[in-house]
Amino acid sequence: MKRVRLLALAAVLLLGACAPRGTVTDPIQLSFWGMGREGEVVAQLIPEFERRNPGIRVEVQQIPWTAAHEKLLTAYVGEATPDVAQLGNTWVPEFAAIDAIAPLDSLIARSPQVSPAAFFPGIWATNEIGSTVYGLPWYVDTRVIFYRSDLLRAAGYDSMPTTWAGFRAALEAMRERMGPRQYPLLMPIDEWPPPVILGMQAGAPLLRDGGRYGGFEGPRFRRAFDFYLGLYRDSLAPAIASAEVANLYQEFARGNIAMYITGPWNIGEFGRRLPPGLQDRWMTAPLPGPAGPGVSTAGGSSLVIFRGSRHPEAAWKLIEYLSEPAQQLEFYRLTGDLPTLRAAWADTTLANNRYARAFREQLERVEPTPKVPEWEEIATRVYQAAEAAARGGVSAGDALAALDRDVDRMLEKRRWMLAQHAARPGAGR
Amino acid sequence: MSSTLNAEPALNAGAHAAPPTPPAPPRRRARGAEGGARAAWFFLAPALFLVGVFFLLPVAASLLLSLTDFDIYAVADLSNARFVGLQNYVQLVHTPLFWTALKNTLYFALVGGPLSVIVSLGAALLLNARLVRFRGFFRTVYFAPFVTTLVAVAIVWRYLYHPRYGLLNYALGLFGVHPVDWLGDPHWAMPAIILLAVWKNFGYNMLIFIAGLQAIPDELYEAAALDGAGPVQSFRHVTLPMLGPTMLFVGVITMIGFFQLFAEPYVMTQGGPVGATTSLVLYMYDQGFRWWRMGFAAAIAFVLFVVMLVATWIQLRIQRAEEL
Repeated sequence: MKRVRLLALAAVLLLGACAPRGTVTDPIQLSFWGMGREGEVVAQLIPEFERRNPGIRVEVQQIPWTAAHEKLLTAYVGEATPDVAQLGNTWVPEFAAIDAIAPLDSLIARSPQVSPAAFFPGIWATNEIGSTVYGLPWYVDTRVIFYRSDLLRAAGYDSMPTTWAGFRAALEAMRERMGPRQYPLLMPIDEWPPPVILGMQAGAPLLRDGGRYGGFEGPRFRRAFDFYLGLYRDSLAPAIASAEVANLYQEFARGNIAMYITGPWNIGEFGRRLPPGLQDRWMTAPLPGPAGPGVSTAGGSSLVIFRGSRHPEAAWKLIEYLSEPAQQLEFYRLTGDLPTLRAAWADTTLANNRYARAFREQLERVEPTPKVPEWEEIATRVYQAAEAAARGGVSAGDALAALDRDVDRMLEKRRWMLAQHAARPGAGR
Repeated sequence: MSSTLNAEPALNAGAHAAPPTPPAPPRRRARGAEGGARAAWFFLAPALFLVGVFFLLPVAASLLLSLTDFDIYAVADLSNARFVGLQNYVQLVHTPLFWTALKNTLYFALVGGPLSVIVSLGAALLLNARLVRFRGFFRTVYFAPFVTTLVAVAIVWRYLYHPRYGLLNYALGLFGVHPVDWLGDPHWAMPAIILLAVWKNFGYNMLIFIAGLQAIPDELYEAAALDGAGPVQSFRHVTLPMLGPTMLFVGVITMIGFFQLFAEPYVMTQGGPVGATTSLVLYMYDQGFRWWRMGFAAAIAFVLFVVMLVATWIQLRIQRAEEL
């Protein structure tokens, strides 16, 4: 906070210093809402932007993640939206559906710098609703396996298997060398990504009929779900919630767990919080799939322009600037967030980070989750079904049938909206 | 309204008692009474206005809201909200999670509420005993949890409950009890939450009970002792009856508070495991503020309101039956 204020002060002073040189008009005031750590850090990238664009001033407001969704919606209702904001990319469909954010297609087409091909296709796709683009991917968050390489090697594997069967066999081999309350894999029961990713890997359309109905009872998701439940049933992973893991890093260091499917922020955390002696005994690996390397989720955040913005051109300039490879790289240095541009990955900082390599490989195989506004609620419901089947004594078939029933109900309004749109002549999108 | 109506007969009676006098004075007095009513309305107006704007209006609005499917799409365009009649309530009745939440809330209120009252009464009796020293110190200690931030408390308790490293399981282990997965086992999660809530809240009721106990005159105990009553008998026949009004107040307030269970599961379990600690308010919060289904959430709020109304009514009835 203090740093932000200092920077703001510096910016004001800087502008004050510029003023005598004679700016013709008042500078454009842009507001930018960033979330959590990103919102804190992005202020450090702004002075360079303001130096290049003397007519634009950017005011960064930091919002905690937990309050972000509610605050953005409230701002939209109260017509007090920022010009530019960071938006979790699973929120893009929702904010596009309520017409809160502006389409960027024409701006992208005119831009000399931004080109869709420069981004990883899976992460670019998260911002495309229908054929309209609503945001530029800012950083990417996908899941890979973090594992104890020494324990895997002791079980007879030099590298992580790339198929489900091989992965399971490796878990079983590790299990044999472990104590009674140690598990080869940590896969908290209240995290939705594992069952969803496995489903996507099996080629399951999570929703059917253009996101009108749940598709979890289909044979492909069922296959993934059975594989998922089998890991708990055979004690390869403990059926516990993430809150029940008091200190993940300690458990990992003690060898009570040997693998964990998680995201890029843990590269830094593992480096900081594991004891020094363990530093060359852990590694990251891309996810295995049913028959060869599997896909993972394309999470992360996008940069969007709100429709209420009075300076969309200036707002676009800011987004263009933040989407330069150099800025993405600087942002990676500040936060550890992974760049969405291929060009940024060519830089030595990232290319030489051995833990980031698995992410680089995985980024070629990421897919967006279904792009419907209801997705986050559906995802929560997915893990409830998984939890009910894994430790609630409900059969897999019953859990999935109940899941589809609930998802169908959640999507009822969407079906009605789509029908309304179809009935109304000349309705776009 | 009723005061002006009541005033009429009395005035007429006065008029009959003095036939020769013209009817002017009573009329003037009647106008005076009317003026009094007007003055009363005038003075009540600010309070009524506030109650109307900040209580009745929102209640009416949310009742209306509960009859619509107001959601995220309606935020964008009000015409996307449909009037659905009682459909939210029908859907609620057909949602298993609602019944789980209702069951959990009743479980929590009916077990945790009385337990909390008993514990605080016990603590109050102990602290009120003549033999106790450092009374102020203990009072402060017992009251401390009530004024401590719940989030901080919950983090500490999560460690106490930890299946492997927790102090509670360690203590039980000394007696040969197998470790219990307090917050992860659907059977134990609610008892664990109840234990935390009772510990956290009993201090407040304890203070009220102490005040109630101190208001009981010593003569009553002396008289009971002279009649040969032991400590148990004097507790049963002097202390309890004299605490009646205090008990009613504490009972109703505790019940209302316990029906609104939210923060404990929100911080400790997020409603898990398998929905075992999802309360009605937590369910409502999720629906309303996480998924923005305001109409549905409003329906939950009204169901909770009715449940609490019934519970309070039953409590008052029981109390009244005891008094008779």
